[in-house]
Amino acid sequence: MKHCLAALLSGTLFGFGLSLSQMTDPNKVLGFLDVAGSWDPSLAFVMMGALAVSVIAFRFILKRPKPIWAEEFHVARKKSLDKPLLFGAMIFGIGWGMSGYCPGPAVAGLGLGNPEAFVMVASIYLGFIAQGIWARKCFKKSVTVDA
Amino acid sequence: MENFTPFSAFLGGTLIGLAATLLLWLNGRMAGVSGIMHRLLNSPKSEWLWRFNFLIGLVLGALLFNWFNPGFFTPRSDYPYWLLAVGGFLVGFGTRMGSGCTSGHGICGIANGSLRSITATLIFMISGVVTVYCIRHIVGVGA
Repeated sequence: MKHCLAALLSGTLFGFGLSLSQMTDPNKVLGFLDVAGSWDPSLAFVMMGALAVSVIAFRFILKRPKPIWAEEFHVARKKSLDKPLLFGAMIFGIGWGMSGYCPGPAVAGLGLGNPEAFVMVASIYLGFIAQGIWARKCFKKSVTVDA
Repeated sequence: MENFTPFSAFLGGTLIGLAATLLLWLNGRMAGVSGIMHRLLNSPKSEWLWRFNFLIGLVLGALLFNWFNPGFFTPRSDYPYWLLAVGGFLVGFGTRMGSGCTSGHGICGIANGSLRSITATLIFMISGVVTVYCIRHIVGVGA
């Protein structure tokens, strides 16, 4: 129950921040990515603001033995760069540039009553499902090659 | 640069940083939205509920903002829906393949000093810029 309350609070703050910073406005996002047009660097300040808090706070938090309401920190331990990371990030960037939405603003956009957000969330889930099917196929193939 | 809004952008950013800090400090979780969205499809019930609440929070936060600032946000109306849908599909596919998005890699991962996240963020920024260049300045849509 406490977990849910923490998540709800964090999500609310996140959604409010996305709206205030105009990450939820696809024109703003595309204006940021359009360096060859009338470039709007505002969204670089969103990242600076977020990192100014989190870089310092994460350092202190991760020094603690465990989180307040959980037994352990769930932090990615993988260190090496691999093809899925590089190609995945590239594909995500293409989708971001085509639509003007990354996942957070797509979900938050539902709260702004933005009709595009509904299309985005639905097609993001289709992408998740397609990637799952595709990854399972690749995995099977590589297993048969190894055998 | 007539739409340059550095102050509200920075302030909104600090709220996002606080949100990520809160989730890590209390629950030990990273506020990566694509991961949280995806895991709604296959989490056990105990894990599912906090993720659902986080996403409800995202919607609620935007709703609250809109309530305090009516008319601040006006939806885009002339953008082709097929471009949006294909883009959304690639966002879903790519964030799953690359294990994260703007929040998971760009904020939480970088704050955690992860080389994977720094690399991913550079790549999706560059491919986003190249994509917008092609769409706006070569094809000529949405400019």
